[in-house]
Amino acid sequence: MARRTTYVDETLTPQIAGGRTRIQRTYWQAARRRLVRDPVSMGCISILSLMVAAAIFAPWITPHDPYVTSIVNRLKPVGTPGYLLGTDELGRDMLTRLIYGGRISLLMGLLPIAVATLFGSVLGVVAGYFGGKTNMIIMRVADVFFAFPSVLLAVGLAGALGAGVVNVLISLSLVFIPPITRVAEAATTQIRTQDFVEAARATGASAPRIIIGHVMTNVSSPILTYASSLIGLSIVLASGLSFLGLGMSPPLADWGLMLNTLRQSIYLAPVNAVLPGVMILIASVCFNLLSDGLRTAMDVKP
Amino acid sequence: MAESSMPSEKTNPPLLSVRGLTAAFRSEGMSLDAVNGVDFDLTLGKTLCLLGESGSGKTVTMRSLIRLLPPTARIGGRIELDGVDVQSLDDEHLRAIRGTKVSMIFQEPMTALDPVFTVGHQIAEVVVWHEGVSWSAGRKRALEMLDLVQVPSARRRLDSYSHELSGGLRQRAMIALALACRPKLLLADEPTTALDATVQIQILLLLRELQRELGMATIFVTHDLGVACEIADRVAVMYAGRFVETGEIGEVIKTPQHPYTIGLLRSTVHAGSEKGRLTPIPGAPPDLLNMPPGCAFAPRCSRAVGACSDHVPELAQVKPGREARCILVSETTPS
Amino acid sequence: MKGEIAIQREHPTPASEPVDTLSATRPFLRVQGLKKYFRLRGGSFGLAGAYVQAVDGVSFVVATGETLGVVGESGCGKSTTARLLMRLIEPDEGQITLQDRNVGGHNGMSLRTLRRQVQLVFQDSYASLNPRHTMAEEVGFGLIAQGIKRAEARRRANEVLELVGLEPAIFADRYPHELSGGQRQRVNVARALALSPQLLLLDEAVSSLDKSVEAQVLNLLIEIKNRLNLTYVFISHDLNVVRFISDRVLVMYLGKVVETGPVEKVYTAPGHPYTRALIASRLSMDPSRRVEAAPVAGDLPSPINPPSGCRFRTRCPFAESVCSLREPPLEAFGDDPAHSAACHALIPGSGHSRAPAPGGEPSTRANGAPK
Repeated sequence: MARRTTYVDETLTPQIAGGRTRIQRTYWQAARRRLVRDPVSMGCISILSLMVAAAIFAPWITPHDPYVTSIVNRLKPVGTPGYLLGTDELGRDMLTRLIYGGRISLLMGLLPIAVATLFGSVLGVVAGYFGGKTNMIIMRVADVFFAFPSVLLAVGLAGALGAGVVNVLISLSLVFIPPITRVAEAATTQIRTQDFVEAARATGASAPRIIIGHVMTNVSSPILTYASSLIGLSIVLASGLSFLGLGMSPPLADWGLMLNTLRQSIYLAPVNAVLPGVMILIASVCFNLLSDGLRTAMDVKP
Repeated sequence: MAESSMPSEKTNPPLLSVRGLTAAFRSEGMSLDAVNGVDFDLTLGKTLCLLGESGSGKTVTMRSLIRLLPPTARIGGRIELDGVDVQSLDDEHLRAIRGTKVSMIFQEPMTALDPVFTVGHQIAEVVVWHEGVSWSAGRKRALEMLDLVQVPSARRRLDSYSHELSGGLRQRAMIALALACRPKLLLADEPTTALDATVQIQILLLLRELQRELGMATIFVTHDLGVACEIADRVAVMYAGRFVETGEIGEVIKTPQHPYTIGLLRSTVHAGSEKGRLTPIPGAPPDLLNMPPGCAFAPRCSRAVGACSDHVPELAQVKPGREARCILVSETTPS
Repeated sequence: MKGEIAIQREHPTPASEPVDTLSATRPFLRVQGLKKYFRLRGGSFGLAGAYVQAVDGVSFVVATGETLGVVGESGCGKSTTARLLMRLIEPDEGQITLQDRNVGGHNGMSLRTLRRQVQLVFQDSYASLNPRHTMAEEVGFGLIAQGIKRAEARRRANEVLELVGLEPAIFADRYPHELSGGQRQRVNVARALALSPQLLLLDEAVSSLDKSVEAQVLNLLIEIKNRLNLTYVFISHDLNVVRFISDRVLVMYLGKVVETGPVEKVYTAPGHPYTRALIASRLSMDPSRRVEAAPVAGDLPSPINPPSGCRFRTRCPFAESVCSLREPPLEAFGDDPAHSAACHALIPGSGHSRAPAPGGEPSTRANGAPK
């Protein structure tokens, strides 16, 4: 046990200063490791992967054609042989249409958020980093959009642009840019005043280089966490637009639209009518839980 | 041996008696031992300085005395303050002694004073709350207190908010607030560290004068040897949650016994420092989650021998009222 | 490019010779009339509003190879001065000359060149290092910004990490939270050294470190200065540390220089009442000789509306009417022409009752106003 240790300088003694033995990991590796160890997040990822895979491979795995109607087979109940989840009001297979519906609905969740994250973080980081007039202009415009509830804004924009997949994508992207801009701006303002940003300026680095090298490395995790929490909302909003007739038009398979058309049959086949809603619920809850998991995984005290 | 750590004067029973004090923070399977067994007595009218660097446990030791720690903290040992066993008090009684028997001043008065009430209101409130007097009497006391801590034009300052005061005045107002109910023990947590040099010395002089006038006991936490020299009667040098050396401040400065104290004195730049190279202590303070075995200072100690890593040395008496926790000291002095 | 970046360790080190500031005909850095007012928010539509007079007409020189200490209390403008020198903040007025070349302006030195020659070391805090960068990335960042290739920057980063005593094999790939305070401060120094500057501005570079670690970093700074033949501007509120490390010292009070001179002169025979109070406010380190009376009463006034004339007059025991009317110029006094102070009581014919008579023997007043 007698252990003679002489240390010359703290600089040579990670045993004293750094403490525990460590395995070299970057921030993102460490965050991924924590995410993988979280059972809830992993469960959500599995469910969502299954949904996405099913949507992608829909033509090969679905038992029926999603658009072929059949008057005879209208509103078959769940569990009918050949029609596992029954049929809708036009006799189309529910399972097939739910799988195909995932294509549009998941796209409506992911794509607008991706677009909004791109534009929102650029705007927010620029506003936060440069401050002054730039900040004032960007943030005041964002505030104007922010003043409307997101549902109202989506409805207004979609109404103005007209129905259709592309228009819904555009209006949803516009809805989500202001909140992401605000989060990015707040995170950037906090980082900008730190000494290490000033130190980087003192080395003669240009503003874009500092933004990429110093600001983005620090603001990307709060932005990503926040953006992921909006995916569920985006799915719900897109479905809502379709339900109101401002989004997709029949006979396209989309969860929101299906909910709308099955609405008339709710007393005849309540289970069938609710199924698209259940899918929306599962998808949005999974995305929200995953977002929580991400927040925890990315939350490392520096 | 440890029991006699700070001999009190026989005629004067100690105001505060601490035995085997420990404090640990537990969270998510981690346990961080901040204080690992501290014993001392303190009599009225005396100032004990807890001197140490960051992570030495000096602030946690002091806060443990009134159990002013986050809920994850576990405090062990025995704390007797003016005949009251602090460990056995329930929350209500604990609140009652905070402010009356013992009170505390902080490094950053901005956070200790409430920004939405005037200074006078805050002092009066404490008096009204603890002593049950009328508001006008409380306000009268507030004025007396501001006069006592030498706030110029005190009557006007009664109606000031903390942000309207300069750093030095704010610190004085906080001292007035702490002393409003005439506590017997004042806990001071680096109250001059954030102040400018010309203001720091004013506050130190004020604290010295107040202690002479009011006769309370003070525990003063600092990392600054210079501050300890100005204010302390006794000093306890802390390292890794333990006292490593105790004694009268003059003796500790003149004849330090523990290698850490010696190193600290050598590495501090003072008015008489020779130009050229300093003699620093190598290494950094230990990681509290990963403490070396035996003497915590051994890995940085130039005089360490194999036995240092075997077990934690006892606090050995060098002479009455003077102790050091080092096997070199215990070997040379008969215990 | 490569040649400029190459390490200067091989150079001979004449820096150990004492530096005579007067004979240094070509100072490394000359600052003249530097001024920066910050406008406070408030006032309607940003029109009206008060100004913080952070730095107000500061002039000084730094000779090649010397260490200039800058001391003062909060609000004296010492940190703002450092940022103005780096042009992290644009000065309102004033001229900065680096090796006889003006900084900025039409045909002056570019900021990029300035930042190759002058670097800033920050006070250690978690904020001074990017929590998402490894030490090698952090140190190499400035090099890549200056157009150095990634691999070369990495090599250079390892080199300077080693120079500051951090073994690259252990520390290059670590993150800031895995380092102790002293180690982080070494990385701060390494980052500044990576660009091979000739002048380091050290802004409270050791102030937040524990005493035992502070001594290590001070030793490192002294060693590196001798080895690389650097010039330092050492900014600190700690008078003892400034005395220990500096050749000359600049004392600032509310945005003005009140006294400057060789460090021993200023510490043993201070001229300005503020300098005297500041030096007397140092803690004794001897319990048997404690400070018995506060050298100066009161707090620092706000730099938003500083007193007229001499800014120290509101706390000065010798203040007279002349002090509020006119601002005292920084003038040499006593026997050393390099030692000057801005106090009416030291200027012959200023109208202050303690001022030496015009044309009188200045040496008798070497210590300025009586103690």
